[in-house]
Amino acid sequence: MPPPPVEIHDMTVAYHRKPVLWDIDLTVPEGKLVGIIGPNGAGKSTLIKAALGLVPLVSGKVEYYGKPYARQRHLVGYVPQRESVDWDFPVSALDVVLMGTYGRLGWVRRPGRRERDEAARCLAQVGMEEFRNRQIRQLSGGQQQRVFLARALAQDALIYFMDEPFVGVDAATEQAIVRLLQSLRERDKTVLVVHHDLQTVSEYFDHVILLNMRLVAAGPTDSTFTNENLQKSYGGRLTILDEAAEAVRLGERSR
Amino acid sequence: MTYPTLIVLVGTTLLGSTAGVLGSFAVLRRRALVGDLLSHAALPGLCLAFLVLGRSFSGMVAGALLTGLVAIGLMTLVCRFTRTKEDAALGIVLSTFFAAGVVLLSVIQKQTGGGSRAGLESYIFGQAAGMNLRDVWMIAGLSLASLVMVLLLYKELKLLSFDPGFARAQGWPTFLLDMAIMGTLCVVTVVGLPAVGILMVAVLIVPAATARFWTERLSLMLVLAAAAGGLAGAVGTLLSAGLLQEWVGFDPLAFGDRTKNLPTGPLIVLCATAVFLASLLFAPRRGIVARAAAELRLRAKTAREHLLRTLFELSEPHLPERPVVTVEQLLAQRAWSRAWARWLVWWGQRRGSVERAGGGVRLTEVGLGRAAKLVRAHRLWELYLIRGANIAPDHVDRDADAIEHLLTPELVAELEAQLEPAAVAELPGGVPESPHVISPHDEERPA
Repeated sequence: MPPPPVEIHDMTVAYHRKPVLWDIDLTVPEGKLVGIIGPNGAGKSTLIKAALGLVPLVSGKVEYYGKPYARQRHLVGYVPQRESVDWDFPVSALDVVLMGTYGRLGWVRRPGRRERDEAARCLAQVGMEEFRNRQIRQLSGGQQQRVFLARALAQDALIYFMDEPFVGVDAATEQAIVRLLQSLRERDKTVLVVHHDLQTVSEYFDHVILLNMRLVAAGPTDSTFTNENLQKSYGGRLTILDEAAEAVRLGERSR
Repeated sequence: MTYPTLIVLVGTTLLGSTAGVLGSFAVLRRRALVGDLLSHAALPGLCLAFLVLGRSFSGMVAGALLTGLVAIGLMTLVCRFTRTKEDAALGIVLSTFFAAGVVLLSVIQKQTGGGSRAGLESYIFGQAAGMNLRDVWMIAGLSLASLVMVLLLYKELKLLSFDPGFARAQGWPTFLLDMAIMGTLCVVTVVGLPAVGILMVAVLIVPAATARFWTERLSLMLVLAAAAGGLAGAVGTLLSAGLLQEWVGFDPLAFGDRTKNLPTGPLIVLCATAVFLASLLFAPRRGIVARAAAELRLRAKTAREHLLRTLFELSEPHLPERPVVTVEQLLAQRAWSRAWARWLVWWGQRRGSVERAGGGVRLTEVGLGRAAKLVRAHRLWELYLIRGANIAPDHVDRDADAIEHLLTPELVAELEAQLEPAAVAELPGGVPESPHVISPHDEERPA
């Protein structure tokens, strides 16, 4: 059997030594839209960041098609949270999308005609081609989100991680994102999306990952997105894990 | 101009330009105060190097860099391992190092028996006159190296400054890139210290902030920051040497001979600030004047549109006749002053929407068309609020008032599509009937 697109094995992640994710074991099947679901502070964004090597792992490993991330970066696209950057930065929408091509350009080489055409195509895919020369502050929140999506498309990856792409967007953008997700699935891409709107989960995603500091359940939406599992992830915080993490933190402090 | 002055001029101009370019990245990366910390923390290093090695430019640069970097490291450690926040940590480390520097400075002055011989205090206020050809060559080399680095790594530095997380996910060594740009910035700061002094931080920040007013593109911002920094360096040096006053024959502060040998650093900073203030006021779009003008234009447009709509509403019962409306009738509908109403009518005449007739005003044929379009947008929006948003009919007028001036033709078309055609009763120009009783607009304030 070929190795799966994403395989996480016994992953524990901590911020300033306070554990936020405990012992995650996870296999993501190919060509599926996967929703990452869980309450606030469940570690949804952390899961993505750890998978992309942006926060260090305390233990465990993450593999993409059987190899570590450092060797498979070119296969992975990333849509960070919109608030993570300064939108007053002096660049145009097209400039931001071009950044998606930087990875394969390598050192020193500048994006040329081919990359610009490619970036323009990606903008068109999210319905933003007419805004290519706009400074990014002059775009609405939803339009900024679509620029970020276009940048990930320009990475031309097999696996995509999206951190809360639906937060604070207008109806037109929500529709554009949904259409984009479907077209990615048709092209057999694997997409993992941090999502917070429980009502739309069954409509948007084939698979779900339910998190609350540890993995609650993962699998096809039909069989996994059940009341019982939701109860397990949302029904009250996991007091013991919380308290343990707090104890670790206090222990560190008092040293 | 004497030869030594020319050398100094070249040196400060290059320094200003280079600081402008590197400072742009620091400002965009929100690291502007690193230069501040560094320039203060450099002083003890300079003094120590002087005590150990004597007067050696490269030795002193090395010493300054060393204590500067130690200070940055300490600040990072204080932030990381205590609960002290970044601004407090900066204050603590900066003042401690600077205090140590001042103490060492007075030790040196006692040792060399007589203040200025060591010339170290120029590192505080900056005295560009002391620059020699070798210093300028060094500055030129450094500028060239910075320029080459920024040109080669432009794409990488742009990505790092905009979205470091994405850069790291793509596999760029963000720490090394950060070190490259901030390290070069540190070297330039320290090399600039003798000429500009502690205020070197201003030469890093101000040109960058100035350039941001004029452009929305990073590449142009770098060019403009270089120009602003170079200009400040050159003009400040000329002022300091008393040359500009001589050439222009103008002595702004009537200092006479006292304008000679003013400290270069502060003058460079003041020049940079002058350019900044000019940009703050007069830059297109981002400048205060341009923003105020845009605001005024919008207010005037709003008021003119209100005149048209009021005239339309007063004429509505008599359409297609265009009755004469007196100013009193207008004032009864709107909280306008008489003068303001006259001005609005004058504007309407100029635009051909309104004409004077028999003791009052009335809409022209063209004006009626324009007014009908406005009223249509206003009432469509009101209908939408009533049906779509369930707002009481007597509340919608003011809500619509605020937004109708900004509705684009596309939005109006969309509104029409959303409302069933029966609601859009046929009046001249397809204006639907008002969904509420038309009453005086008391909440209206003249602009």
